[in-house]
This record gives sequence, structure tokens and C-alpha cells, in this order.
Amino acid sequence: MPLAEGISFDLTVIWAFVIAFAVLVYVVLDGFDLGLGMLFALEPRRKDRDVMMNSVAPVWDGNETWLVLGGGGLFAAFPLAYALILPAVYAPVIAMLLALIFRGVAFEFRWRTERWKPLWDVAFISGSALAALSQGIILGALLQGIEIDEAARQYAGGWWDWLTPFTLAVGLGVMAGYMLLGACWLVLKTTGELQNRMRRWAMLFAPLTVGFIAVVSLWTPFLQEGYYSRWFTGWGWGLAVVVAALTAAAFFGLLTRLRMASAELSPFLLALALFILCFGGLGVSMFPYIVPTEVTIWEAAAPEKSQLFMLVGAGILIPIILAYTAFAYWVFRGKIDADSGYH
Amino acid sequence: MFETFDAVFLARLQFAFTVSFHFLFPAFTIGLASYLAVLNALWLWTKQERFLNLFRYWVKIFALAFAMGVVSGIVMSYQFGTNWSVFSDKAGPVIGAPMAYEVLSAFFLEAGFLGIMLFGRDRVGPGLHMAATAMVAVGTFISAFWILSVNSWMHTPAGFSIDPETGQFLPEDFWQIIFNPSFPYRLAHTVTAAYLTTAFIVGGVGAWHLLRHRRRGEIATGESRTMFSMSMWMAAIVAPIQIFLGDAHGLNTLEHQPVKVMAMEGHYESHPEGAPLYLFGWPNDETQTLDYAVGIPKLSSLILKHELNAPLDGLDTVPDEDQPPVFIVFWAFRIMVMIGFAMLGLGLWSLLARARGRLYDWPMLHRAAMLMGPSGLVAVLAGWVTTEVGRQPFTVYGLLRTADSAAPLDAPAVGASLMAFIVVYFAVFGAGTWYILRLMGHEPSPAEPRLKDVTTGPTRAAGRSPVPDAPKEE
Repeated sequence: MPLAEGISFDLTVIWAFVIAFAVLVYVVLDGFDLGLGMLFALEPRRKDRDVMMNSVAPVWDGNETWLVLGGGGLFAAFPLAYALILPAVYAPVIAMLLALIFRGVAFEFRWRTERWKPLWDVAFISGSALAALSQGIILGALLQGIEIDEAARQYAGGWWDWLTPFTLAVGLGVMAGYMLLGACWLVLKTTGELQNRMRRWAMLFAPLTVGFIAVVSLWTPFLQEGYYSRWFTGWGWGLAVVVAALTAAAFFGLLTRLRMASAELSPFLLALALFILCFGGLGVSMFPYIVPTEVTIWEAAAPEKSQLFMLVGAGILIPIILAYTAFAYWVFRGKIDADSGYH
Repeated sequence: MFETFDAVFLARLQFAFTVSFHFLFPAFTIGLASYLAVLNALWLWTKQERFLNLFRYWVKIFALAFAMGVVSGIVMSYQFGTNWSVFSDKAGPVIGAPMAYEVLSAFFLEAGFLGIMLFGRDRVGPGLHMAATAMVAVGTFISAFWILSVNSWMHTPAGFSIDPETGQFLPEDFWQIIFNPSFPYRLAHTVTAAYLTTAFIVGGVGAWHLLRHRRRGEIATGESRTMFSMSMWMAAIVAPIQIFLGDAHGLNTLEHQPVKVMAMEGHYESHPEGAPLYLFGWPNDETQTLDYAVGIPKLSSLILKHELNAPLDGLDTVPDEDQPPVFIVFWAFRIMVMIGFAMLGLGLWSLLARARGRLYDWPMLHRAAMLMGPSGLVAVLAGWVTTEVGRQPFTVYGLLRTADSAAPLDAPAVGASLMAFIVVYFAVFGAGTWYILRLMGHEPSPAEPRLKDVTTGPTRAAGRSPVPDAPKEE
């Protein structure tokens, strides 16, 4: 029945966008607070660290919930993809989960002890770094492709397949990018000396991030035939040039704004723009595959009934979630100083 | 290392370990979120400072427990895929949707309003702060609703068909899936258990401070008395309700999962003329006998069938490969029931103490309450083990075997991650529990410091009054 097929086509594409949206929101929101965690390593003074942590204390929990939506949404809307991908990236997923435990509890624990405070700071730094690295590796492993047994609907590779130079490059790129986001967030939330240092860190991590973006972007088309033809044949060329030009524009805009003392919000927005461009590029590379280039979103999709049932809820609830999340950010808007927040 | 182990066994061990640890936190925070909402409402309504002080006291503990619940919960949402990928592929179309609803309707609600509840009283005013506190409490309940619906479906699957090609469970009717036969009973029993767990922890802390003051010859603060009294009301009222709900849940299990009840009762043999209630025994799966059994004749039939001579089938009617491990189920069930009745006993004792005007002046009662402080956590875990181990050897009861649900992983991979989870959980959650105990060790005072309120902002950036520095916890 063409009509039924049409409906299922639409639902599946909509769900691919919903999950991509959840992952993007996760990356930008938890990105800056993971980056902030890594920047802890570069800012040893206690007072500065207190300010940094208090700038995300009321919101980190909500930020991390988008990761649960990404995972839970994948499970619900594309159960086969969830079942194929997670065993393939077993070690980095476990590492990410353990790392998130360390950094999550550090938010609470470091205010509950004097003697062990340095230990929880180390937990916060290393947890943030390992989580960021693992997330990049997971993305890289997905991009380079995973071995599956189609008949058995199972992952068929080994448990070290995820470890390659390419996945490490993506992992380091994600770390650099998160630190850029974190530094720009803190330019927005802090004042004085700390803010100046954050501008300088952003000036360092912006070229590093863009360097990794360039390396990964040039590397990706040679990983799988599908990516190459997507980007370097026909209309792909034009798109590649546009994406590259926009990335370059965002990058130079970012460098310019970081030098201007009055610019506090725009560096953060431009750093976000870099992430959104990368994300768009990823989408172009992968679509319509969910496990490149083995399983399409339609092959992995849950039945129409499941997707439709969830879409009703998602359609109503996601706008509400966005509204009260924005409200929470608005409540805690403005500069943070050392005397506020946790004591 | 681990090569000699069975990967499925290790994966089960890992799931049992991580879910047990995780479950302790929500079991505590579901009740505590509601308690905080009640305290805050009482403060706004009566303007009695002790309620505000108690709110400030418990919100610090809540923040710690909630953070541990969140991070251990993220693990759960990915472990379905890492260790149980075949189950995820097959059951995803059915249970994925309710789990997605849990994230959308509960997790975001809790996380979104938690910041305002913890830090925002001065920023948003008392009305909105109360609303945020209520939202967090409602969020914990909605979360329990969805996850217990999913869990219940795995016990009593309904509203589905099976795809002959892929073996996937396909949804036919989401109403039947969500409100599957065991769900209402499990939801009521589990949420009530969470409330009791919190009540006994609060009561235990209150009792500890009452005892400590008595030893010093002082009078405890009004805060300590209030929380002890509130929790004893909960024990007296909710413990009997819980026993009734547990009985109803048990009868529901008898209807839908009779084999589990056989294991709970230690009924290896069928009893055509009335089954005994075994109080004690040593289940032996090898010989299929209950050794050293001490039982009351016909009482099991009376409880389960409301008739002394009602016949009850035993495990001799069930093939060996379809039986759960009886020893664990049998004893976990007894631990839970014993704690349930001990809770009832303490509740009744507190009523007697109240009637005699000795609620704050009966050291034996306070010692008993202190001893029973963590009893809810033990009971919740024991009950959980009873129902989950009792479902074995299936993940989706009667339809999908546990052995056929696991991910295609090697034992060393699962074993290594299991070790990592054990080390990290004991270190991190051990430290967290220590911090919670230390917070509980100091008494809620008439000038209870705030946890932390963000009191600065652009509106007050200039000429801002210095924030009163809250005393450090140490």
C-alpha cells in the first residue's frame, strides 16, 4: 500500500531528525560543561574553579538528560541500530559511562569535603576528559563502519575494532571542541581576569578545533566509498565548498570577536555554529544510513505503530521541555562570582 | 581472566549489580522528593521555621542521593544495548516507547526543575520555588510509572504479536502494553515501598538525634522531634497498607506467574489437599526438596486461595529448565516479608508511645527506629530480587529466554567491565554514602544553613549585599 509506505517513510525520517536533534542538543549543552571540566586542569586556583563549577551547577543535570534521550530514543525508534552499535563500541561506551559517574558526583562531592577536594577535582577533570574522548571515539567508530552479521541481526566484529587512528583523531577533536565551547561559555558567565584567561584559552582551542575538523573532514570521504561519492560528485562539490566556506567564516568571526572586550555572547554562539556545521556535515555523510553503510534508517526502524505512538508524546513534550529548560537557564542568567552558588 | 566464565552469566551479574546499586537511590529519592515538597508546603502554609529548617537539612542529602541516582541511571539506559543487544532488538519496538516516554516526561522534568529547587528560592520567589519542588516530586513518580510499566511487561507481556521473520515483539495495543496485568500491583507496591524506605531513613535519623540528646541530658531540637513524629505516622499508616498491597501483588503473581510463587513458597511438591506455609527451609534445587523445612500446614493454601484444602501445584509440575533458582527467591521473599512486619510493629509501637505521651521519651523505641533506619532499602532490594530472580530463566516471561537475550560479547569483555563497575561503584557511591551519613550526623538546627542559593545576578550586580557565608559542613 503506497499510502502506508508513505506514512512509514515520513515517520522514520522524522524520528531520525528527532534523534539527531537530541544528540545535537546534548553535544552543545553537555559539550560546554564537559569542556569546562577539562579547563579545570588549566585553572588550578580554587576560587576560579568554584566560579567555573557554579556556572553550570544548576543545569548540568538537564544537559546530561539529552544523552539519555539520544540513547533511549535510538532504542525506541531504531532498536536494531541500538543493538548493533552499542556492542560494537562496548569499551568506549563503558568508559564514557564510568567517566560520567566520576564527573557527575564531583559536582556534589567536592563541596562536602576539604581534605579530599583535590581528589574530586581530579575526578571532575579526568571524568570530563574521558567522557569527551569516548564520545568522539564512538562517533569515529560509527563513521568508519562496523562489521555486522545481517542474518543474525548482530554485531560481528571484535571488541577492539573501534580503536584506530581515525577514531582517536575524532576523539581528540571532540575534546578540543568541547574545551572551546567551555571557554566561550565562561567568557559569557565570568568577569575580570578569569574571563580574560578564558578568551585566551578559546583563542588556543579554536584553531585546534578547526584543525581537527579539517583533518576529520578530509579523512572521512576516504573511509567508505559512499562518503566520497556523496561529497565529491555532482552537487556534492558545491555543498562541500559551501560548508567549508561557512566553517571558515565562523572560525574567523570567532577569532575576531574573542579579541573584542565587549563581545561576551557572540563567541559562544559562533562556537555553537561550528558544531552545528559539523553536525550538518555528518548528516550529509551518513543519511540515510544509521549504521554506515550497512543499515539504513528504514531497515533499523521500529514498527510504524511504535514510532507513531512516541511521536505524539515527543511532539507535545519536546517543545515543553525546551521551554522550561530555557526558563531554567534564564533564571540563572548573568555573571557568576565566587561568593555565589555552592559553598 | 574470565575465559572460564560464561559471558551470559557475567552479563547477568553485571546487570544485577548495576541495577541493585541504582535502585537504592531512587528508592530513597522518590519518597524524599515528596517529603521535601510536603515540608516546603508546610513552611509556606504555617510559616513555622522548623519546616523550612527541615527542608534545608534534607535537600542537601537529596542533592547527593539524586546525583548518584542520575549517574547510575545513565548506565542502565545504555546497558540494555551493550550487554543485552538481542533483547533490545527484539523487545525494543514494544518497550522502547514507554522508556522514551520516561525520559521525555520524567527525567527532563526532574532535571529541569532540580536546579531551581536547589538554588533558586531567592531568584524565582516562594510560589515558583514551591512549584519547582513539586515538579521534581511529580517527576520521580512519573519515572517510576514508566519504568515499572516496562518491567511489568517483561513479567506479564500483553498487547503484542511476534514477527515471524525477525522474532521481534511488535506492538498491537499500547494501552494493553502499558497497563499490562501485573503493572498496577507492582506500581502500587513499589512506590509505597519507596515512601516507606524514606520514612524509615528519616525516622532513623530523627531517633539518632533524640537518643544523642538524651545521653547528654538535653532536649532535642523541635526539628528532630518533628521529623521523627512525621516518619512514625508514615510507619503506622503506610506499613499496614503496604502489607495489604503486597498480598494483592502476590495473588496477581499467582495468577500470572505461578512458578514464581512456587519458588517463593518453597513448594517443590504439589499439594492436592492444601499446601503448608514454610517459615524456614533450605531449598535444594538438585534434589528438588526443601530441606529442614518448618511449616504450618495448609496455611499457604489459606493465604493464596483463601481455602484450607485448596490444591496448589508445585515445581514438580515444571520442567527443570523452566525453574528459577529457588534458594534466592525463597530467602529474598522471607527477608522482605520479615522487614514488612517489623515495620508494622514499629508503627504500632509508635502509636502506643504517642498514646502514652512518650513518643520523644522512650529510648527503646528510638533505638529500634534507628536500627530500622536502613531496613527499607534492604526490603526493597529483597523484594526486587524476589520478583526478578523469580522471573528466570526468562527476560520476557515465557517467551524470550535470558540465555537468548545477551549481546554477542566475549566473557573477558563483560568480565573486565564488570570489575570496573564494581570498583568504581564501591569507591564513588561508598564516598557518597559517607558524605550523606556525615550530613545526617549533624542535627537539623533552628538556624539550618541553606544548601546554597545563587543570590547574585545582573539585577543585583552593583552594590550587591555580601552573601551570608554559609558555614562549611566540616
